[in-house]
Amino acid sequence: MLVTLFVIVTFTFFLMHLLPGTPFNNPEKLSDKQLKILNAKYGLDEPVALQYIRYLGNLIHGDLGMSFQYQGRTVDSMIIDRIGPSAIIGLQAMVFGSIIGLLLGVISALRHNTLLDYGSVTLAVLGMSIPSFVFAALLQYFIGVKLGWLPPALWESYRYTLLPSFALSVSVIATVSRFIRTEMLEVLGHDYIITARAKGLSESNVISKHVLRNALIPVVTMLGPLAVGIMTGTLVIEKIFAVPGLGEQFTLSILVNDYSVIMGITIFYSALFIFVVFVVDILYGILDPRINFKRGAEI
Amino acid sequence: MNDEILEVKNLHVNFHTQNGVVKAVRGVDFTLNKGETLAIVGESGSGKSVTAKAIMRLLPKQNARITSGKVNYEKNDLLEMPLKKIQQIRGSQISMVFQDPMTALNPTMKIGRQIIEGLKKHQNLSSKEAKIKAINMLKLVGIPNAEDRLDSYPHQYSGGMRQRVVIAMALACNPKILIADEPTTALDVTIQAQILELMKDLQAKTGTSIIIITHDLGVVANMADRVAVMYAGEIVEMGSVDEIFYNPQHPYTLGLLQSMPKLHENRNKPLIPIPGSPPDLASIGTGCPFAPRCPYTMKVCHYFPPVKKEILDGHSVSCWLQDNRTPKELQPIGIGGTI
Amino acid sequence: MNLEINNNKALQINNNEPLEIQDIPTEITDDLFVAAPIDINKQDEIASPPVTFWREAIGRLLKNKGSIISIILLVFMIFLALVGPQISGHTYRQQNIVHTNLPPKISGLEWLGFDGKDVHGIDQYKKRNIKENYWFGTDEFGRDLWTRVWKGTQISLFIALVAALLDLFIGVLYGGISAFYGGKVDNVMQRIIEILVGIPNLIVIILFILILEPGITSIILAMIVTGWVSMARVVRGQILQLKGQEFVLASRTLGASNRRLIGKHLLPNVMGPIIVTLMFTIPTAIFFEAFLSFIGLGLQAPLASLGVLIEDGYKGMRFFTYKLIFPAVVISAIMISFNLLGDGLRDALDPKMRK
Repeated sequence: MLVTLFVIVTFTFFLMHLLPGTPFNNPEKLSDKQLKILNAKYGLDEPVALQYIRYLGNLIHGDLGMSFQYQGRTVDSMIIDRIGPSAIIGLQAMVFGSIIGLLLGVISALRHNTLLDYGSVTLAVLGMSIPSFVFAALLQYFIGVKLGWLPPALWESYRYTLLPSFALSVSVIATVSRFIRTEMLEVLGHDYIITARAKGLSESNVISKHVLRNALIPVVTMLGPLAVGIMTGTLVIEKIFAVPGLGEQFTLSILVNDYSVIMGITIFYSALFIFVVFVVDILYGILDPRINFKRGAEI
Repeated sequence: MNDEILEVKNLHVNFHTQNGVVKAVRGVDFTLNKGETLAIVGESGSGKSVTAKAIMRLLPKQNARITSGKVNYEKNDLLEMPLKKIQQIRGSQISMVFQDPMTALNPTMKIGRQIIEGLKKHQNLSSKEAKIKAINMLKLVGIPNAEDRLDSYPHQYSGGMRQRVVIAMALACNPKILIADEPTTALDVTIQAQILELMKDLQAKTGTSIIIITHDLGVVANMADRVAVMYAGEIVEMGSVDEIFYNPQHPYTLGLLQSMPKLHENRNKPLIPIPGSPPDLASIGTGCPFAPRCPYTMKVCHYFPPVKKEILDGHSVSCWLQDNRTPKELQPIGIGGTI
Repeated sequence: MNLEINNNKALQINNNEPLEIQDIPTEITDDLFVAAPIDINKQDEIASPPVTFWREAIGRLLKNKGSIISIILLVFMIFLALVGPQISGHTYRQQNIVHTNLPPKISGLEWLGFDGKDVHGIDQYKKRNIKENYWFGTDEFGRDLWTRVWKGTQISLFIALVAALLDLFIGVLYGGISAFYGGKVDNVMQRIIEILVGIPNLIVIILFILILEPGITSIILAMIVTGWVSMARVVRGQILQLKGQEFVLASRTLGASNRRLIGKHLLPNVMGPIIVTLMFTIPTAIFFEAFLSFIGLGLQAPLASLGVLIEDGYKGMRFFTYKLIFPAVVISAIMISFNLLGDGLRDALDPKMRK
């Protein structure tokens, strides 16, 4: 896990230094001497290896350096400022999307091969295939502008979070519902479900106590990829809805070559992802009794 | 007879598959008496499992259809009962044990809980009472350390132990009928013997009637009072275990018995298998289903289904060889007499 | 006695020999009680003619409605992508200052909305006295959108296909070697993958694009670098599973060489999952390219890809919705088709499918 982080940091660092151009605005307006001073100030004139070590050292202290774009601002403060909106729409999308996805998936599995099932599968395919930004743009246009039900952009009050969260949640709903449906259909075919029915348990009991329990556990493994999807999604969603979040900042920084911010956010995202995967692993181990007892005593 | 506890009449079950309609059970009749063990024998695909599941209405809703028949239990037709009533009967009056103990238990639920579920539903016990009963059941089936074992999971048990747990679950509510679908097929031979002994033991203690489904004649000889031989969805011969083993009348039964290797026989004597394979139940025609493989076929066998004839009290056969019009010389040695 | 004579089944009776109708007795007479021995050799005949795995799979695929629709759609769109730009008479970069921002107009299809009228309802063609009909309208530089959309489709598909195929090549090689040789080799190779997987794809792609100036090559390279892993895993998983199966062991026992094992036994069985994964890799690639273009890191003007067109369209969404709709519909249709097709293929190629 830490190895991965280390690899990412190193990789990103050296990539950054391969970037053409300088991080400063309007370099042609600066004289050579000024450029030299600026370079010295940011330590850019030192050999790359040295810069790398220095960076690592700072990293351990949680110091991600200073932004080149915005003079005097530290990268961490920028991240902290910006993380709020992204976290809000991200979490809302996750929670809302998962709940709806679960409901859709369970219902369509229970009503297998009926209109409801086909309808929900179709929705899922659409949700997965139509690119999120296309959907977001259309959403913004039709609901935000034409119908005016919800504010189409910016970030003034809670209502402004709704459209972006919804747009983000679409792919979550699609993925989760398909996955749950497949899992449930598989579990429904297992022998122990027949055993449960043979015991005389009511159908709702069978579904809730036996089917759901077994079907939901693998869904946990989806959380990792889902989190990544959301992180990716925020880049465009924030752009479309003008949400002042981390994603928007990331895109901006890329366009102006603000090295340290790019690096900082990259490391942040990667660390976040690794953390989620780690948590998922542990959760899965807790939920599925077969994992921990691999070496259990047999009688 | 007054001793009857279950009566199956004219049961027909169809499966609707991608390849067409498969007639899995084509007119099955039998009765089960109190306290007896009835064995249903046949090859894979003969329809024995389907019959068992049909009794409890456990067939998959998607593609199975019980097209006709009655299953009479305590003056009610189980096939016509509302779902809620059937659910009350399942597990408490009629229980089932399945073939594969590895997959028959919920892998993510503690064993104790799986047993207690049924107890709570049918016998309205409090948690404490149910727990005690569960422990007793585990002890009854021979699981050591029963108190601790309640909290363990299925994957912590071996195959034989799991099957014991399944039996414990099935018998927890003292059912009147136990249907065991190939309960020992997936187990090692030594464990098989243990399980069968356990079942006989429990039957002696509780007086449960048992329907045991198997393809193993050894199991039949060991456990059964009466035997029904199934082929291609029909019962071709039925009688007491002695009659079936010592006075088989149907060529299929004969074939089964002849194809079993016997320890005491001469090694050099060749095994006599039944040639060919069972018919495709999606495209089965009229006539006796065994005719294509029967060494004693007559013309009539190919066109007309045989009539069931009761040759002795309790021993019935469906075969044209039993008909009066059949010339004596066509009957195999032993038919109509003992081998 | 019930006689079930259904269709021609009774004609075949039980020993598969068709008989004339008058041969079937309608009642039981004494003369029927004579021996009618059966031909034992006929018993073991296989019921239906042997069908190869592939033919069966294609049969299953064609039964799947979703797959049929996808195939038709895809063929249609690929055709348009190749032919579309030719038939309009314009190139994708040809500008025409007089013909800027024209709404779509197709003579004959005005009732569907292709009437050349803008947001305010004014027929721009009439107003500016333009004879030529632009089927998908024009953008702010007067470039024909029909041509641009289909050219863009061409480019998007090209990028996706190349990236996917190279992913396939690398993935199969890596996964194959890893699984086939097993042991230490496998361990090390898997370790590497574990680390690579920990890095979010997006980040790698963006960083790549940053270094190598945005363009077709850089996008393809970036996507290959991140995409081969899933193919490698699928291939490895499949081969590992096959390796353990008995037919491989049997073949080895019969003295088959490694090359023969790979070529004749392993590869054909791996083909299935490979094709399915490929079907899903392509839409992922299309998505990424569009995504990158949308945030500005993709292709640059005047090149058109579906992503670039959507971005352009988005900018003019308020007054020129058509600019967004056409590329959006095309990209959605392509992605839906590939996804459906991938699903259909997965179902068709899995012999254990039960309905």
